[in-house]
Amino acid sequence: MCLSVPGKLLERNDVGGVLVGKVQFGGIVREVCLDLLPEAKAGEYLLVHVGYAISLVDEEEARKSYEYMELAGMLEGELTAFPDDGPALVVEASPPRDDFAPRGPRGESQ
Amino acid sequence: MKYLDEYRDEKLFRSQLARLKSIATRPWVLMEVCGGQTHTLVRYGIDELLPAGMEMVHGPGCPVCVTPVEIIDKAIALAGRPNTILVSYGDMMRVPGSESDLLQVKALGGDVRMVYSPTESVRIALENPNREVVFFGVGFETTAPANAMVAWQARRQGIKNLSLLSSHVLVPPAVEMLLSSPHNRVQGLIAPGHVCTIMGTGAYETLAAKYKVPIVIGGFEPVDLMEAIVMLAAQLEEGRSEMENQYRRNVREDGNRRARELLFEVYEVCDRKWRGLGEVAASGLRLSAEYREFDAELRFGLEDISVDEPAECISAMILQGLAKPKQCSAFGTRCTPESPLGAPMVSSEGTCAAYYLYRRHSGEMGEDLCVAGEAV
Repeated sequence: MCLSVPGKLLERNDVGGVLVGKVQFGGIVREVCLDLLPEAKAGEYLLVHVGYAISLVDEEEARKSYEYMELAGMLEGELTAFPDDGPALVVEASPPRDDFAPRGPRGESQ
Repeated sequence: MKYLDEYRDEKLFRSQLARLKSIATRPWVLMEVCGGQTHTLVRYGIDELLPAGMEMVHGPGCPVCVTPVEIIDKAIALAGRPNTILVSYGDMMRVPGSESDLLQVKALGGDVRMVYSPTESVRIALENPNREVVFFGVGFETTAPANAMVAWQARRQGIKNLSLLSSHVLVPPAVEMLLSSPHNRVQGLIAPGHVCTIMGTGAYETLAAKYKVPIVIGGFEPVDLMEAIVMLAAQLEEGRSEMENQYRRNVREDGNRRARELLFEVYEVCDRKWRGLGEVAASGLRLSAEYREFDAELRFGLEDISVDEPAECISAMILQGLAKPKQCSAFGTRCTPESPLGAPMVSSEGTCAAYYLYRRHSGEMGEDLCVAGEAV
């Protein structure tokens, strides 16, 4: 019920006193009410919940945390490459899995 | 960046998992509060990849699941009224009331309409000035401002034939109830990111300090959840109990102030009955005095409908993280999404539905995953 999806604001219009934005989600464009987020500008990414934009996606924070995770991942990779450094630095290998991709509902394959 | 696919990246996910395995030394028990997070965890099988002994228990954050049967029965009563249109989200259509559900009422001729956004109920009311239109909305703090807009627009535009049947609940009081329970097993919490998008982070900071439990506000994609788990494990291993924000791209300290102002103009805090948990003090929202004329329960005299919960469904244990679906004798047999006994099986965010949909029944997933409290 709290499902919210990020999308890119393409344009904004005043429709009878209601701020309405056209927001692109992948290949789909939908109308979204901007009354809870009137500061949103075209070109920005918004988080949309039940037809309402509720938050601006902070692109700087997203980039920083993503880069941090990538860096941390690279460091882990370097540590695993030198297991002779001692047990404290050894990272246990992940169990092999072919199915990290989401499982489809019963009876379907994705 | 599109802020979605990047957080489903397997390589990044596995690097986070490797970090977790390098820091976790003890069998910590963590809870994800939100049903959307439960869905991702089970769908991607993330809980099965954790280091030995670490366990995810699933929290009460599924609004449809915690909506009492009597509210469903009130919606069903309204949908069966002549000259009335009942408007609601698709999630509500198949939730079983005590004798029927909204889809059955629709099949018998009731005018029940599914909408994507509550704002559509305003349009329906304007298009049908001679009929009563009732918007049936449930949800947590994430959804409440959007539902509040229905009453706000009705009042502003003087729409007399529109009212609300609403059942809104607030997350922090329920989390506090779980943490203060003598049966509590949860040592770290992933807080619901989208609730905090509206409400901000303050309430979770207070809870972390009061109960000395680490809380990480988490997102909903696999990489988000794995990073949140890593952050919780790091705190637990270091003996810290702080509120941290993993979902910084969408959650600010102050949340969305405008949405919150609207929310508390239209609604006021009240005690609320949760399905499975019972009455929780100051855990719900009702229309404020200024907006009470839009309260469908008062307009149509429904206050007296009261129903007991079905006995066989163990949703109370499920919603408190004290049991997992496979511990229910009805799971996957007498209770399926096609024929649910209780809300955790019918809602798309319900724990039982997630386990059923992603093949966690009849041994298909191999080992028994259930490690739950003694209370079952």
